[in-house]
Amino acid sequence: MQKEKGHIDYNTPVIIIKDLYKSFGDNDVLKGIDLTVYKGENVVVLGRSGTGKSVLIKMISGLLKPDSGTVNVLGYDVPSLNEKKLRELRMKLGFSFQNSALYDSMTVRENLEFPLVKNSHHLAKKDLNNSIERVLDAVGLLQSINQMPSELSGGQRKRIGIARTLIMQPQIMLYDEPTAGLDPITSTEINNLIVAVQEKFHTSSIIITHDLTCAKATGDRVAMMLDGQFVKVGSFDSIFDTKDERINSFYEYNFIQ
Amino acid sequence: MKYVISKNVDSFFTDVSDVFGFVVRFFKEVFKPPFEFNEMIKQCYNVGVRSVALITVTGFITGLVFTKQSRPSLAEFGATSWLPSLVGIAVIKSLAPLVTALICAGKVGSGIGAELGSMKVTEQIDAMDVSGVNAFKFLVVTRIVATSICIPLLMMYAAFVSLMGSYIDIHSHENITLLTFFQNAFQKITFLDFASTLFRSVIYGFTISLVGCFKGYNTTQGTEGVGKAANMAVVVSMFLIFIEEMAIIQMVNWIR
Ligand SMILES: Nc1ncnc2c1ncn2[C@@H]1O[C@H](COP(=O)(O)OP(=O)(O)OP(=O)(O)O)[C@@H](O)[C@H]1O
Ligand SMILES: [Mg+2]
Repeated sequence: MQKEKGHIDYNTPVIIIKDLYKSFGDNDVLKGIDLTVYKGENVVVLGRSGTGKSVLIKMISGLLKPDSGTVNVLGYDVPSLNEKKLRELRMKLGFSFQNSALYDSMTVRENLEFPLVKNSHHLAKKDLNNSIERVLDAVGLLQSINQMPSELSGGQRKRIGIARTLIMQPQIMLYDEPTAGLDPITSTEINNLIVAVQEKFHTSSIIITHDLTCAKATGDRVAMMLDGQFVKVGSFDSIFDTKDERINSFYEYNFIQ
Repeated sequence: MKYVISKNVDSFFTDVSDVFGFVVRFFKEVFKPPFEFNEMIKQCYNVGVRSVALITVTGFITGLVFTKQSRPSLAEFGATSWLPSLVGIAVIKSLAPLVTALICAGKVGSGIGAELGSMKVTEQIDAMDVSGVNAFKFLVVTRIVATSICIPLLMMYAAFVSLMGSYIDIHSHENITLLTFFQNAFQKITFLDFASTLFRSVIYGFTISLVGCFKGYNTTQGTEGVGKAANMAVVVSMFLIFIEEMAIIQMVNWIR
């Protein structure tokens, strides 16, 4: 299933990353990353465990600071933002965490309303309920509204996590391994959800994964990360049309599994 | 990686500067709206109400046992009538604030350390920050304020329960009314004593929650780190409480 690309606006870049470096102590994680994401585009970042994919999107959302390089998101220069501007930017970003990161002490409803209530103080009860129902419906979990996160399965938690970010109507979605550890059917549901979100809410996204099915289903463009650098960026098929051992072994490994 | 002096000494000083930064950030944010009153009340409930049972038992036993143990020594001099005032001094000036602080360092401190620690390692704190909510303010400031308010209240309650425990023993030996007992107990307590006790309790509450929050908020190394954070929160805050106790008592003696 390849997607059509009519919805991408190549004149409007929303994320511009240039020459990005990051290390933790002796551990050089990112070594010169360049990436531009356009409005309405889904970019998949593929790479082995531990290459720094999560670190990359944490820098996009300002959770980590780069050692050097540019991170420009929606016109904001992320590393230099003050607290107020950073908050302003973060309201336009949705971050779906690798392990969902639902608030354990709150019900699903409270998880969903938390960012809304905290950020817009004069919200009518009716609008709030509408928003919650809208996103829960989008992820197909209306019936779980009063459950605690601990009562949900891994896949359901992922979907609630996505719903929680959708409720702020973000312009950019960052998905960290949305399908990791899920069965193929649930994975497919999540893939469809990601595509549906892009079409319905006109978001741009970065999707981090090592699941090639997910990459193929959701990505307009794929970036292959090896050793802290992008070695290839292009359409899904062009990425694997190569003699590079490291990329091919990634491909074979995925489909032998 | 190069160390200025040695690995441990260096990390001690980075820790100290991190704690200092944490405290500075607390004072910067505590006076800035929004004030998160609802969360503060919830935390007051967690800290205060949930500790009442434990404080009741410990306070009561402390007062009762202290009185029983002191009686023979005073009886030697025929001075058992001084018992209420001795107990009053011991409980109000030293036992109530210390017992409350140590009990709460164990119960509240480890609770905060573990809760924030697990929120940290499961990225719930990051999730809060990226959703545009100030996690430091919502989680840390509320807990520190709530604990700094609740520990002094618990201390006063502990003092009251201790004195009641003491009264039970005294009443079984001497025929003395509750009112006289309390009058005698407070006879030697000056305003300065009371102020010092109250001040110490606020400082202990601040210390317990600060250490718990700091350890939790800076947890690394997954679930193992959560256990460590809870554990260290208790050890470090108890240690600090002893140091503060000495320091403040010295200060009060100078003032006197
Ligand atoms: N806060 C941090 N402090 C120190 N080192 C870190 C930190 N975050 C990440 N790292 C290191 O950065 C490297 C990349 O981590 P990252 O989480 O980005 O990997 P990843 O590509 O997302 O892998 P996975 O697919 O397993 O999630 C790892 O070696 C990790 O040890
Ligand atoms: Mg990761």
